[in-house]
Amino acid sequence: MSVRIYLAEEILTAYLSGELDHHAARSIREEIDEAAQRAHPTVLVLDFRDVTFMDSSGIGLVMGRYALMQELEGELRIENLPIHIKKVMRLAGLERLANMEAGGVKK
Amino acid sequence: MKPLNEMRLSFPSKSANEAFARTAVAAFVAGLDPTVDELTDIKTAVSEAVTNAIVHGYRESIQTIYITAAIYPDNRVVIRIRDKGCGIEDIRQAMEPLYTSCPQEERAGLGFAVMQSLCDKVRVTSRLGKGTTVTLTRTFSGRES
Repeated sequence: MSVRIYLAEEILTAYLSGELDHHAARSIREEIDEAAQRAHPTVLVLDFRDVTFMDSSGIGLVMGRYALMQELEGELRIENLPIHIKKVMRLAGLERLANMEAGGVKK
Repeated sequence: MKPLNEMRLSFPSKSANEAFARTAVAAFVAGLDPTVDELTDIKTAVSEAVTNAIVHGYRESIQTIYITAAIYPDNRVVIRIRDKGCGIEDIRQAMEPLYTSCPQEERAGLGFAVMQSLCDKVRVTSRLGKGTTVTLTRTFSGRES
């Protein structure tokens, strides 16, 4: 699993790629948090388009970043969820926490 | 009913082996010609059980995790994930959605909920100080091959 992080106009976007499990989640969350603490974005976007596998560790990752964005008084968005990942997120009721987007990238 | 095929697997409880374990089980059940969704479900459920063994059973110390899997003639797959770790004091509480014994690790407390939603049956047996066994049962649709 890897993550590429871009900042544009106070929107920090993290493009996740690969298999998101407990093993991968640790380093990914450190990278994202470091970038977010530095940039203080108004919006943090987690883009899941290239995530090929996710278990409940991914839910932990989303919940943790939600808490971080609350702290930074910003918003969390989850974008481009593949169907199999949406299934796991639905289970956790994550729609209530973050703005969840299945289709194209939100403007 | 006698199984058509069986396998057993043991590996050290390193988190890097989570991917190995779920992929190995998926490769084993591929003989049943499962759908992509069915394969993803099994991989996810196995990943949850193996992660539990690593994080909770062995509390991140490196010991051995054992997996056995069997395929039955009625397209049923039974997968057993076993650790010889600390055991679970209160299984009912551990299986409650959102309950986690280590929130600081960002565990969502949804491992068992995910396993239960993706499998037909999830059985947990545990003894304090002896270890935990999670048995996952799932019947595949069994496409004509």
